Amino acid sequence: MNIPKDLRYTKTDEWIRVEGGEATMGISDYAQSQLSDIVYVEVLPKAGDVLVKGKPVASVESVKAASEVYLPAGGSVIKVNAALSATPELVNKDPYGEGWMVKITLADPAEINALMDPKTYEAYCAGRQH
Amino acid sequence: MTEPLVYELSSPGRIGVSLPELDVDPATLPPSLLREDLPLPELSESDVVRHFLRLSQMNFAVDKGFYPLGSCTMKYNPKVNEDAARLPGFGFVHPLQDPETAQGCLALMHQLQLWLCEISGMAAVSLQPSAGAQGELTGVLIMRAYHHARGESDRRRMLIPNSAHGTNPASVAMAGMEAVEVPSDRHGNVDLEALHTLCDGTVAGLMLTNPNTLGLFEENILDVAEAVHSCGGLLYGDGANLNALLGVVRPGDLGFDLMHFNLHKTFSTPHGGGGPGSGPVGVSEKLADFLPSPVVKILEEGGEEEPPLFGLTTPAQSIGRMRAFHGNFGILVRAYVYIRMLGAAGLRRVSENAVLNANYLRALLKDTYTIPYARNCMHEFVAEGRFADAPGIGAIDIAKRLMDYGMHPPTVMFPLIVHDALMIEPTETESKQMLDAFADAMKKIAAEARANPELLHEAPHNAPVGRLDEVRAAKQPVLTRRA
Amino acid sequence: MPFIPNTDAERREMLRAVGVKTIDDLFTDVPQANRFPTLDLPEPASEPEVMAEMRYLAEANSQAQASACFLGAGAYHHFIPAAVDHILSRGEFYTAYTPYQPEVSQGTLQSIFEFQTLIAALTGMEVANASHYDGATAAAEAAILALQQSRGRHRVVMSPVVHPHYRQTVHTYLQGAGVNFAGDETPENYAAFQTRSRVKYLAKCVDESTALVIVQYPNFIGEIEDLAPLAEIAHTAGALLAVVANPIALGLLKSPGEMGADIVLGEGQPLGIPLSFGGPYLGFFATRQSLLHKMSGRVAGETVDAQGRRGYVLTLAAREQHIKRERASSNICTNQALMALAASVYLSLMGNFGLRRVAELCYHHASYAAERLARIPGFQIVSRYPFFHEFVLRCPKSVSEINRHLLDQHEIIGGYDLGQDFPFLANHMLLAFTEMNSRDQIDALFDALSAEAL
Repeated sequence: MNIPKDLRYTKTDEWIRVEGGEATMGISDYAQSQLSDIVYVEVLPKAGDVLVKGKPVASVESVKAASEVYLPAGGSVIKVNAALSATPELVNKDPYGEGWMVKITLADPAEINALMDPKTYEAYCAGRQH
Repeated sequence: MTEPLVYELSSPGRIGVSLPELDVDPATLPPSLLREDLPLPELSESDVVRHFLRLSQMNFAVDKGFYPLGSCTMKYNPKVNEDAARLPGFGFVHPLQDPETAQGCLALMHQLQLWLCEISGMAAVSLQPSAGAQGELTGVLIMRAYHHARGESDRRRMLIPNSAHGTNPASVAMAGMEAVEVPSDRHGNVDLEALHTLCDGTVAGLMLTNPNTLGLFEENILDVAEAVHSCGGLLYGDGANLNALLGVVRPGDLGFDLMHFNLHKTFSTPHGGGGPGSGPVGVSEKLADFLPSPVVKILEEGGEEEPPLFGLTTPAQSIGRMRAFHGNFGILVRAYVYIRMLGAAGLRRVSENAVLNANYLRALLKDTYTIPYARNCMHEFVAEGRFADAPGIGAIDIAKRLMDYGMHPPTVMFPLIVHDALMIEPTETESKQMLDAFADAMKKIAAEARANPELLHEAPHNAPVGRLDEVRAAKQPVLTRRA
Repeated sequence: MPFIPNTDAERREMLRAVGVKTIDDLFTDVPQANRFPTLDLPEPASEPEVMAEMRYLAEANSQAQASACFLGAGAYHHFIPAAVDHILSRGEFYTAYTPYQPEVSQGTLQSIFEFQTLIAALTGMEVANASHYDGATAAAEAAILALQQSRGRHRVVMSPVVHPHYRQTVHTYLQGAGVNFAGDETPENYAAFQTRSRVKYLAKCVDESTALVIVQYPNFIGEIEDLAPLAEIAHTAGALLAVVANPIALGLLKSPGEMGADIVLGEGQPLGIPLSFGGPYLGFFATRQSLLHKMSGRVAGETVDAQGRRGYVLTLAAREQHIKRERASSNICTNQALMALAASVYLSLMGNFGLRRVAELCYHHASYAAERLARIPGFQIVSRYPFFHEFVLRCPKSVSEINRHLLDQHEIIGGYDLGQDFPFLANHMLLAFTEMNSRDQIDALFDALSAEAL
């Protein structure tokens, strides 16, 4: 299980990377492996949309499962990953890189502090393996 | 063994029908309204018949063998049903004919409404819904309309056990309401404590499949009904598993306020490769005015010699119409024939034998497969399709291997609360010999899982095609022929 | 017991294996007070007795094969080639279930794939699903699709000359969805009806909150209009256009896809399915590729097995209720597979030539009838030209009275009484003409109505 050290995580398995006032988000390696082969990703917002924390930002479908992706922290959308509609498998191959979903300007950087750090997230994932 | 597509068999100029010549002077249409290109295949009648006959032979079906698909009730479909539905006096009646000229159809529908009421303990029935899922939506809309009529439009939450079919929450969402999951306890019943916590003034009702998808009768049914009613909610019965209850118990007597029937499961009408079905809805007295239109009623009572006059009516506070016309009449004819042939005694025998067959099969398999919830089951049971000493083998492998033994697999991977679920429903129309043969096959497969797992992983070996690449199908969907 | 094979001896053996004494012991979970009620049902009857009863009931109905039938309004008496029912009667097709296990369901799956291909071709669209219950529910599903696709729009504009049952069904389905409907309020009088039934009137109802515009082609009273201008208006406002189409008419007329429709749906009953007092029928549903993931209902897709052999599976299942549960856009599970098979067999037999011929016969018969019936004093054709195979006839007296006379005296099933849906159209009859209505039948209708005029 790949859990990069420089990211924060949510209980619904999103990650977020903060660089200055900007942040990039996607779904974790754990989430993509649970879904298995992802066949469809629909990123919901467009650049300019202002969204609060917890809003659905993408819908991900595999052959046997479907999942909603939620925004880990509020902000205004700078960019969405347009490549995912044609190549949804990027989320499987590179969940923390080319499989990113939405870039935002953070409304309240303090919201990040409420998220799980890598260690806590690792324990959280381990607790769900059975 | 692949069969070409009908387009690939086409030869330009070939004709497969014989149609009348034009017998009137032709009229003209503005050319701007006409299409230039009509890309349909061109075949002879024999080309078409052979093509579809070859396709038919690539199917498994109840008429070919054992089909223990859990919660689907794949019982034998009597041939007489088909003959009756094809009588010209049923098959060629137009739905909008003056009802006085369709009294035979209406009499049949009226009688079927009464029979379904009697079997279920409901006060009124609408035969309009086209399938079980549409029956559910109808039921949820009736519950919504009932609460609205009482000024309780804030009852928006529908309680649904976690063992329920996915259609239950989906129907609730379609009606603009909120689905709330209720956990099951370790006996497979609704968790009563959790239910009590959830029951409050925002609850519209509880949707309950009984027996549930584990094949278990809800042991606390009277307490469940009491909990839902005491907070002002309604108890909805998902009739998917009614085949266990005919002449055994009437849902209405247990406190169910409304329910749907699956005529294509319980009442022997064929599944047709996925449809058509029919999903009538029955309700208690207080909900009768909300039924979808139309409902068949007696408009004028008959006399000694005169039959009554039947008509189509709209209940006073009807939720509206769920589809065009009056329902899947052709399916109603088949269900009528079935009930008429069996009578009360026959229907009870159906459920008794469905339950006996399931318990017998369960007894035969219980030493080979893990069967959670160690209770007598009703018409079906759920086994785990995995073995501690055969890692890598799952329910799907067992299912695919069963095909090599000439049997249809059970429902797999459902309900979600059992690991690698194999949901097995033999139905009453199977003989002891067939059940013994199935159990033998299942035991052989269990042995193969340990000795030769590849045999399972690569199964089926003698079907028209092997396991198909579902990822490819979903990733780059090809839904029509690529020209 | 005809459908229960086990004998008493076998049952005893089975009970022993289960470990209970009697069958009743298997039902101890059922509350005792409610167990084994006495059901008031008729005594069992034998197969010949039941068939005699069924024939008795069937013979109490008038029917299109024994009469000349001019009733349509959404269900039509067309010729069904004998081969259609012979294929449908194969147990391999009709006693199978939804093709959950593709390896042993290739017959059903390929026939669905062929159906999707045929429907896409007929409607001029890119993709089609495996079918809905009927045309009316397909219309409701179109509205659900458009509302979801638009994310936040809440208006549905519907023409008043969409089939009344379809409009009612859309309203029923959406009663909990907070939708605002426009366009289909019953017009107060005939003049208002004339205005509002035009495609261009609907343009006035389309606004920035509109998710979908629904029209019928040809419309409920048979008229054909060019839909391209309406498609443009809908698209400019950011709305979708759904067209309820008659599949036989599409054998002759420009496809809605060509005119800019986003969704084409309709009743497939005319494609080889008997009238059967209203069902089972077949809702077909086709859209553009871009709406594929929002389309509800089963779809079959092409793929390959490990050896590279072509095969078909149910695909895009993650959109559906059994996976998405309350987040699915529809609760639909199955399709009308057997009815879709009927349509596939029918369209394969008809081909290009046959379907066009059927459509032409319908159109020419209706035109011939209009020309003749217009000459009867007191009767008037009020549908506007061009119409396809149905038109409205204004009558000098009530439709029910005329129809009773037609049936009793002439073995003719007359037209649909429009006064049922539009109060100002009392004494107006909607008549339908197909390839089954020969010139002799139409002449007989002329003679019968002429007698009425006296």
